[in-house]
Amino acid sequence: MSYLKIDHVDKRFQRGAATTEVLKDVSLVIDKGEFVSIIGHSGCGKSTLLNLVAGLTPVSAGAILLEGKEVNAPGPDRAVVFQNHSLLPWLTVYDNVALAVNKVFGRKKTRAERHDWIMHNLDLVQMGHARDKRPGEISGGMKQRVGIARGLAMEPKILLLDEPFGALDALTRAHLQDSVMQIHAALGNTMIMITHDVDEAVLLSDRIIMLTNGPSARVGEVLDVRLARPRKRLELVTDRTYIAAREAVLKFLYERHRFVEAA
Amino acid sequence: MGQPVLKGTTAGAAVVTLPAKPEIIALPAAPAKPFAAKLAPWIRAALVNLLPPLITLALILLFWQLAASGPQSSLPPPSKIWDEAKELIVQPFYWAGSQDIGLGWRILVSLQRVAIGFSLAAVFGVLLGTLVGQSIWATRGLDPVFQVLRTVPPLAWLPLSLAAFRDSQPSAIFVIFITAIWPVIINTAVGIRNIPQDYRNVAHVLRLNQIEFFYKIMVPSAAPYIFTGLRIGVGLSWLAIVAAEMLTGGVGIGFFIWDAWNSSRLSDIIVALVYIGVVGFLLDRLVALIGHVVTRGTATN
Repeated sequence: MSYLKIDHVDKRFQRGAATTEVLKDVSLVIDKGEFVSIIGHSGCGKSTLLNLVAGLTPVSAGAILLEGKEVNAPGPDRAVVFQNHSLLPWLTVYDNVALAVNKVFGRKKTRAERHDWIMHNLDLVQMGHARDKRPGEISGGMKQRVGIARGLAMEPKILLLDEPFGALDALTRAHLQDSVMQIHAALGNTMIMITHDVDEAVLLSDRIIMLTNGPSARVGEVLDVRLARPRKRLELVTDRTYIAAREAVLKFLYERHRFVEAA
Repeated sequence: MGQPVLKGTTAGAAVVTLPAKPEIIALPAAPAKPFAAKLAPWIRAALVNLLPPLITLALILLFWQLAASGPQSSLPPPSKIWDEAKELIVQPFYWAGSQDIGLGWRILVSLQRVAIGFSLAAVFGVLLGTLVGQSIWATRGLDPVFQVLRTVPPLAWLPLSLAAFRDSQPSAIFVIFITAIWPVIINTAVGIRNIPQDYRNVAHVLRLNQIEFFYKIMVPSAAPYIFTGLRIGVGLSWLAIVAAEMLTGGVGIGFFIWDAWNSSRLSDIIVALVYIGVVGFLLDRLVALIGHVVTRGTATN
């Protein structure tokens, strides 16, 4: 049985009499422990697809199955790391993670265990030192780290990352990509990441799902990235497989499915 | 991310300089700084902030004194007020019989009415505002009613509430309540509507129930708006209590003004006006301060 199965999913948005079909007949199977990236031009429905998996928006047709059970509502088993971190500004870094941990493990763990688990997850993203700071007092990269810690702390079956590094500068982004790779290697989480960065997709993923342009976006191609882990960004620059994978994605995005409206 | 780097360089610099001249560390110099020099910035800040309003006040008093000194002047100049109402100014808390009491006591009675009426308005205002902000049907049903009722002047409610409660005390409190509740409702509703979708998504993913969502996401997120409403509300309450007490009688500061007018004590009225202004200002500051503390500085002043 597949871990996550997206089965012939359509998504339409109704506004008055007008119907927009965002996703058309999307099917996908993701195995446990896999790191999958979804890439496509902006507006193609990447985030919509992620929201469907998260259960934040309902599917119009088809079904999404996680471990054989249909997904029809959001829940902590599919934690989301939001694009703009979505930390609650009135809570400290610690309390932001605590909100999730207390809700998810309030009955299963004692107070001390929960505290250890919060600190463990903050340390995992190297944010233990900033536990008493508020989101307004830390940098964008740090906020995103805390967002990842909050997601991981829910011990989700799947961690959904919605363009997690989109708003960060290139250096911070590289740091965080390395952190995510380390976490993925250490914990073996199943992760789905939305991105529009080709290098990021190739560096992090086991598979890259390329969506065609919307409306009615479909899965255009699926690329297996057969690079050994752990991956080191410097060594990969000259790696043949890396270059080939990068080229395949670029060709898909800029030759076969050029973003027509952009210009 | 910049901070650790900065720390690293300063630490590195210290390591380099220390072995060279370990004796010359300038740290003990700080306590030697004269006390007056430490005090200087404080005095400076006090002067900068206090001097302009004091000068303005002095100029106003001077102008007033000159303008009201003529023999045909209908209003008393400051010097005459000081002569006639000195007792009220210097002794806010004297007690010489049930109707002959200091202005401080009268203010406290009025404040008590405002406290009860305003607290009720705050509680019901936040709850109603939450309902209106959260539910589209509540908005459609209630918002037009609110928009009409909020334009009714406070005193227009007084006859109705006197008829309903048959007593001046609850009537005055009701007038405060009905005056203060509208800005609280409207601002709370706006605050609730402006909760970012991201926070709602976080709540959905965590499966927070309605109660948890209310006090963990909704109230803190809308707090800056709620406190804006409360500040407007407390200002309106203070406006309304004076007017209401003029009509209902009793002990409050409003009735004192009415009473002074009936016995032609203009100086007393002017002193009472100053009291009302100062207390109103302090009330506004108090709510702003509570807002600042509760929202941890995110509320705008």
